[in-house]
Amino acid sequence: MTYTVQIKVMPLKELLDPQGKAVMGGLQNLGIKNVEDVRIGKNITLQIDAASAEEAKQLAEEASKKLLANPVMEYFEVSVN
Amino acid sequence: MKFGVVVFPGSNCDRDMYDALKYDLKQEVVMLWHKDKELPGFTTDDCIVLPGGFSYGDYLRCGAIARFSPLMQAVIDFANKGGKVLGVCNGFQILCESGLLPGALLRNANQQFVCKNVFIKGEEGKALKIPVAHGEGRYYADKATLRQLESDNQIIYRYCDADGNITDAANPNGATDNIAGICNANRNVFGMMPHPERACSEVLGNTDGRRVFKTLLIKNLQLTAEPVLA
Repeated sequence: MTYTVQIKVMPLKELLDPQGKAVMGGLQNLGIKNVEDVRIGKNITLQIDAASAEEAKQLAEEASKKLLANPVMEYFEVSVN
Repeated sequence: MKFGVVVFPGSNCDRDMYDALKYDLKQEVVMLWHKDKELPGFTTDDCIVLPGGFSYGDYLRCGAIARFSPLMQAVIDFANKGGKVLGVCNGFQILCESGLLPGALLRNANQQFVCKNVFIKGEEGKALKIPVAHGEGRYYADKATLRQLESDNQIIYRYCDADGNITDAANPNGATDNIAGICNANRNVFGMMPHPERACSEVLGNTDGRRVFKTLLIKNLQLTAEPVLA
């Protein structure tokens, strides 16, 4: 069957995220206070034909390791819906 | 020795590179197409150049898709056999994504696309004026990798001021340790963010780029034909 798999890709926590910093400045200019930090990543949705949710997850993890995320600068989390 | 300049969809410095190598440095150059699967007639004495630009629209991450293009598989094999590879700007990003060079190029710390002349310093010790033009040029690698680069003398250029001082103010993108360019441990794969090909012609008012090609290509790559240098 076809599984919908969500992959969250985020910049590593220890790295500066200039995109997040720029958006944080925008939020402050809007008057939205109390936001202490903004970090921006990607959400990637895959439709995967697999025999089980576990297999779909394994395929998504392989895709993430090989292409969708770069472990030098990013981490990822896979969830199967 | 000859050069091959790879053209990816979205490359935009490929012709500049070709012109600089052919007309300013008087080298034999051919253009290579990303869909080809082989590097016909190239030996490990030759040099493949990955030019600047926005290969595959910088989609996903800069250089991430180009890495899987058919010709890059041949370039990776070529590099692993000892063939010479030079990546400039987007070419440097592709080399990092390919795993031919360690580390990654992150979004500039100052949140800006930076397009200007900067100074860089390599083993020659003299500050060279070379243009940069990138939004994602902040070199990053983990501490163990940085120690390795340092101890193996793999950091080929650092950003500096006009007098050659390596300072934070001279760093255009927040690169770790002002790193502008590195090479691999075998010293046959080179990557740098600044564009030496844009500084090779007298009519452009700056020929410092020729020093870069001379140092990298003649010294490290044992270029056989002496280029014409002003």
